[in-house]
Amino acid sequence: MLPQTGRWVHLHAPVEHPTDRADDGARRAERDSHPWYRDPVPIWLTEAEYNTLRAVCDALIPPDGDSPGAGEAGSADYIDTLLGAFSFDPPRIWAGGPTSGRAGGEACFGDFHHLSALDELAWRTRIEGSQGLAAREFNGPVTGYQQRYHEGLGRLGEDFPQAAPDERVVRLKADPEFLELVFGHVCEGMYGAPEYGGNHDTIGWRAIGFAGDVQPRGWTDQEVSAP
Amino acid sequence: MTVDAVIIGSGPGGSTAADVLTRAGWTVVIIEKGRNHLLDARDMTKPASDYSNDEIKFTNRHFLGPDPFLEPRTFRRGHDDGDHTHVGEVNSIPSTVGGGGTHADGKTPRFREVDFGMLSTFGPQPEAEVADWPLTYDDLEPWYAMVERAVGVAGTAGANPFAAPRSGPFPMPSGAPMYGATLSTAAAEKLGFHPYAAPTAANSVPYDGRPACNNCGFCAFLGCPIHAKGDPVALLTRTMATGRAELWPETFVSRIRTEGRRATGVDYIGPDGIERSMDARHVIVAGGAIETPRLLLLSRLGGALVGRYLMVHYQTIVVGVMPFDVHGDRGRAVTHVHDDAMIPDDLSRAAAREAGLPWLRGGMVEHGGGGMPVSEAKIYPWGAGHGATMRDSRMRRHLWAFIMQGEDLPYRTNTVDLDPTVRDVRGFPSPRITYRGGRHELAASAHHGPRLEAVLKEMGAVWTLRTSSPGGSFEGIRRRMIPESRHVIGTARMGVDPATSVVDPYGRLHDLDNVVIADSSVFPTASGYGPTLTLVALAARAAGALAGTAPEL
Repeated sequence: MLPQTGRWVHLHAPVEHPTDRADDGARRAERDSHPWYRDPVPIWLTEAEYNTLRAVCDALIPPDGDSPGAGEAGSADYIDTLLGAFSFDPPRIWAGGPTSGRAGGEACFGDFHHLSALDELAWRTRIEGSQGLAAREFNGPVTGYQQRYHEGLGRLGEDFPQAAPDERVVRLKADPEFLELVFGHVCEGMYGAPEYGGNHDTIGWRAIGFAGDVQPRGWTDQEVSAP
Repeated sequence: MTVDAVIIGSGPGGSTAADVLTRAGWTVVIIEKGRNHLLDARDMTKPASDYSNDEIKFTNRHFLGPDPFLEPRTFRRGHDDGDHTHVGEVNSIPSTVGGGGTHADGKTPRFREVDFGMLSTFGPQPEAEVADWPLTYDDLEPWYAMVERAVGVAGTAGANPFAAPRSGPFPMPSGAPMYGATLSTAAAEKLGFHPYAAPTAANSVPYDGRPACNNCGFCAFLGCPIHAKGDPVALLTRTMATGRAELWPETFVSRIRTEGRRATGVDYIGPDGIERSMDARHVIVAGGAIETPRLLLLSRLGGALVGRYLMVHYQTIVVGVMPFDVHGDRGRAVTHVHDDAMIPDDLSRAAAREAGLPWLRGGMVEHGGGGMPVSEAKIYPWGAGHGATMRDSRMRRHLWAFIMQGEDLPYRTNTVDLDPTVRDVRGFPSPRITYRGGRHELAASAHHGPRLEAVLKEMGAVWTLRTSSPGGSFEGIRRRMIPESRHVIGTARMGVDPATSVVDPYGRLHDLDNVVIADSSVFPTASGYGPTLTLVALAARAAGALAGTAPEL
């Protein structure tokens, strides 16, 4: 069971990833000092991009009196956290287990999992793009979420938050690939676990009567079988 | 050092083989290409605490693998599509310690007698190569009984009037029925169907040191946070406790090494990225019906039939929206099923004649509901009204559905082979799935869909929809041609004749004396039942044959 002969598999050699943006540490510290649901501070997007994205969130899932919009619920923060996932250690990719503490048990979701080298390669590529790095381009170049959001939000324009509702819809529909990407993420940020940065204070779940994660309490047999 | 066996894959098949062999005194190394989130890395005789009720982690971020960037698969319907039409996820069963057992919602039916003798019972089908199995239900029954106890299956003997005879009761009684199932089973019975509590590998009572399921509802496609599921956690912790096993996660076997008619070991690449070799007296391949043929093809073993006769269960999906809350997000995802679509009757015989086919068989019909909110939100149109639609929650609170796991026939043209251009992260060719449902599958789906729709209307549905995966049997919203079923079957079929099969009746490759396949690759036909319990029983039987042990009764 010990090594007999060894060679490096070229595509699996240790990967050097580009460093994070120099100001990420300061931005992260600032963000961590603010409860995100009261005073969101973007960690990866610029302030202008963040404001545009928040308006996009509200265009896709608008507030309606009985439910919050995706902006208030924190979908922009979810997306911003995903784009800046590697400015955290461990990266905010997979929340911990087995319980969040919301239904009993310990609050473990905030203890994000460490990534293996291959997982880091996959998620950095997905988020940062392949950037011409051979290790990330074994099946060709990959455009990452960061670039897609920079460009997609840029195409919507910095005046998007001030645009009339009908005009927002026109601009969103003009970019179907970006619309598909951002709508999926907006839904995740509205209805996913709050530890990923969205669904502030479970506002998304509460609006639809969803109990969220229920371990270790679960449901009684009566709650399962009765009307 | 040479181990008695290297086992490739730690899913239900591999972990069962490991359990049988280590209890017989063999030393084994279990190699798993995915990560370990099932066992405590510091003490693999205990479960880990990594699983959670987290939709993002499991359904959006590939926590159980495979990550489609690292390990892409490709798909096409046939040669006329070119090299492939899709690159990414295809029939992805988890690539992780515990394999497909970790994400399943645990339905573990046995096959029936007829499922082992389809050719002699029903006869041939045009275009397909229907075959009898080289063993019978009676041959497998003692192994079924043994593995039901090993993984912990809850059920009610006698509840299914079509079930094959059992040598004993289920290890546990059935768990709590979902509210929706109490209604759909009543409606089905009224229309002449025979629903029953699904045999389920989820503890209804504390069992084997693991707790009873507490009905959290995050069952399908997620790992169980309290380890109440009969995933391979029981088998693997027991295996590791023997002290005769090592488990190597994040390690990829790239080739089975051979000399003459014997395998001598495997080449593998560990998490450090270094390729190494190890010696073993036996090689057990349990990668599932896609990764197993891929490894055989990479190793140039098994002959010309490797990868052929892929089956995936042709799913007929019938959805109803109820004017009341069925709270389908509570409970074990599916608590009831019925088998009637697998039992020929005058209606199915007439439908077969109309389709120009000798016979039609559907599959087990699952009664289920639920869904999680992110998945639900992505279905609804964006814009004004999205919030109200989510509050009304047709999918999560009002939807009840039937999924028929339709038996698809073995066609020589439905295959797994090596993609000519797409590679995995380690540089090896990706598996390419070539699949197209045949006339039988389309006709069976078209026949049974309306009958299931009638049950939902009887239950009270105000709106219904029929669709299928892959698309094709109904006109409508669903036209995706990549099958979503995780029941992957075939590709290294079992038989006595090396000219028409890849492995012998004990899973041993015809062309090598010490390589055994212990997964659903070996099924000659798919049946319409979920494959897990049957592949586990076959793996136990194959390992028992190697070690000279009988089923523990």
